[in-house]
Amino acid sequence: MTDHSAAPHQKRPFWTIARKDAAAGFLFIAPQTLGIMTFVLIPLGLVFYYSMHEWNVLANTFTFVGDANYQLLLRDPNLPPVLLASAIFSAGLVVLNLSLALLLAVLLDQKLKGIVVFRTLFFSPVVVSLVAWTIVWSFLLQANGGINGILAVFGIEGPNWLRTPTTAMIAVVVVQVFKNVGLNMILFLAALQGVPKEVYEAARVDGAGPFKQFRRITLPMISPTILLTSIITIVGSLQVFAQIAILTKGGPGVSTTVLVYYLYQQAFQFNFFGYGSTLSILLFLIVAVLTFIQWQMRKRIVFYEN
Amino acid sequence: MRTDLSPRLRVALYGLMCVLLIPFVFPTWWMITSSVKPISDIFAFPPDLWPRRFDFSTYQRVFELQPFARQYWNSAYIAAIVTAGTMVVSSMAGYAFARIKFPFSNAIFMVVLLGLLIPSEVTIVPLFQMFLGWGMINTHWPLILVPIFGAPSVFATFVMRQFFIALPGELEEAARVDGLGRFKIFWTIALPLAKPALGAVAIFTFLHSWNLYLEPIVFLSSTQMFTLPQALTQFTDAYGGAMWNIQLAAATMTAIPVLLVFIVAQKQFVEGLAHTGLKG
Repeated sequence: MTDHSAAPHQKRPFWTIARKDAAAGFLFIAPQTLGIMTFVLIPLGLVFYYSMHEWNVLANTFTFVGDANYQLLLRDPNLPPVLLASAIFSAGLVVLNLSLALLLAVLLDQKLKGIVVFRTLFFSPVVVSLVAWTIVWSFLLQANGGINGILAVFGIEGPNWLRTPTTAMIAVVVVQVFKNVGLNMILFLAALQGVPKEVYEAARVDGAGPFKQFRRITLPMISPTILLTSIITIVGSLQVFAQIAILTKGGPGVSTTVLVYYLYQQAFQFNFFGYGSTLSILLFLIVAVLTFIQWQMRKRIVFYEN
Repeated sequence: MRTDLSPRLRVALYGLMCVLLIPFVFPTWWMITSSVKPISDIFAFPPDLWPRRFDFSTYQRVFELQPFARQYWNSAYIAAIVTAGTMVVSSMAGYAFARIKFPFSNAIFMVVLLGLLIPSEVTIVPLFQMFLGWGMINTHWPLILVPIFGAPSVFATFVMRQFFIALPGELEEAARVDGLGRFKIFWTIALPLAKPALGAVAIFTFLHSWNLYLEPIVFLSSTQMFTLPQALTQFTDAYGGAMWNIQLAAATMTAIPVLLVFIVAQKQFVEGLAHTGLKG
């Protein structure tokens, strides 16, 4: 603060500093910007280019086919079930994840002894290696595995979770929710703790009960966080791969084949690089459209923003 | 929402939380206990919450069936380099976008943010072809270069930028009057203040690299080069059936060190992430 008064006295060759600054700025952003060009933008252009070609790896041919891969996309009998599986997976994941995260955050926001221990335990799956976590669940969900064993103790005969279409989808969603819900839980907890206490006191004086307070004060106040977490969770749900590959391999049938897994199969198992690239474009468009919609919704849903 | 609770409500809340904890804690418990059960007890009925017999040879078998120590090292050193590299790249870019005035800075920032919209899964086919052309297939380069410079680091840059924007300008102004260059200001003034944000970036980045699965199975082909997530799925018998107890021993060894670090440093972990969320 003292320097502020001293500043005008100093003679500063301003344009040199500005130029130096610009140079420093470009230098500072160079690694990230060049990296984005090399590893994101050029590959994105290439995906589009590949998608217009037929690429036979074995015969080593690469021929221009125009929109043939896109025609194939529209006629691919597997695509509707794959998109449906992706939609069910993403919708189920977002709804379950956000509601459980909010419930846990509200519980952890209470004045209770030892609450930090609970917070640590609820968060712990986030730091457990994803594949390790998935393998344990795969083990638990076997027909003769731990979950059916526990159910059998109570006289319930559990299904073969990963081999039945409906339960396989439920299983991949639930395994993913428990793995990552801790992240959203922490973000919600931080948001809850950021709501000024006076607002609640004012509401209490006006006679609003806990549920009314939650609906009328808490939810609107934390709506920026709800938007942020829903964007992160939806985009993340479209990238789920390891869980599917380990738990169900997309099966039974194509009931859990989400778009990323289908893309991987087409490109790297069947070597259809051209068609795989077309599926990549589709994935990109879906992510872009969803993000755009959510961004637009911000204006309508979010009541409060810093 | 914080109000003083009646004793009955207290008990109800503890009970509810304990029930909810089961699916979060039981899998880890089941992983550890099953990893020391002999294969004959692994599907025993009723399930043994505590092993009735112990068989620690599973841990030895992990190292016999796979070059597991080597794979462990691969994952560890890749994650370390990626974490350090991302901290450097993202803090520099985040600082410049937040605090240095230079032409087109907002336009360039928008282009960089596109990386958030384009998950690496979208570009995996051309990335594979690019690294094939550079002779980098079955090397660790793709697992190091793409996360540090590509899409995964964009989130880190975004977090750092949000942090530096909130930093009061007076500190820097004083240093500039004293004639300090940009790099000096960044290194001696801005960066030390950014420790919480850097911590969050480090945690995110480490976990991301440690968990990477699609990229290793696309880019790597020899067991010597495998990373841990990939190696964990390789413990199968001659018929492709999973050798559960050995696989779970490997999984336990993969999960426990990170879990222990988390429990020791959980305050920094959780607060770092919460901080990121608030600023994001």
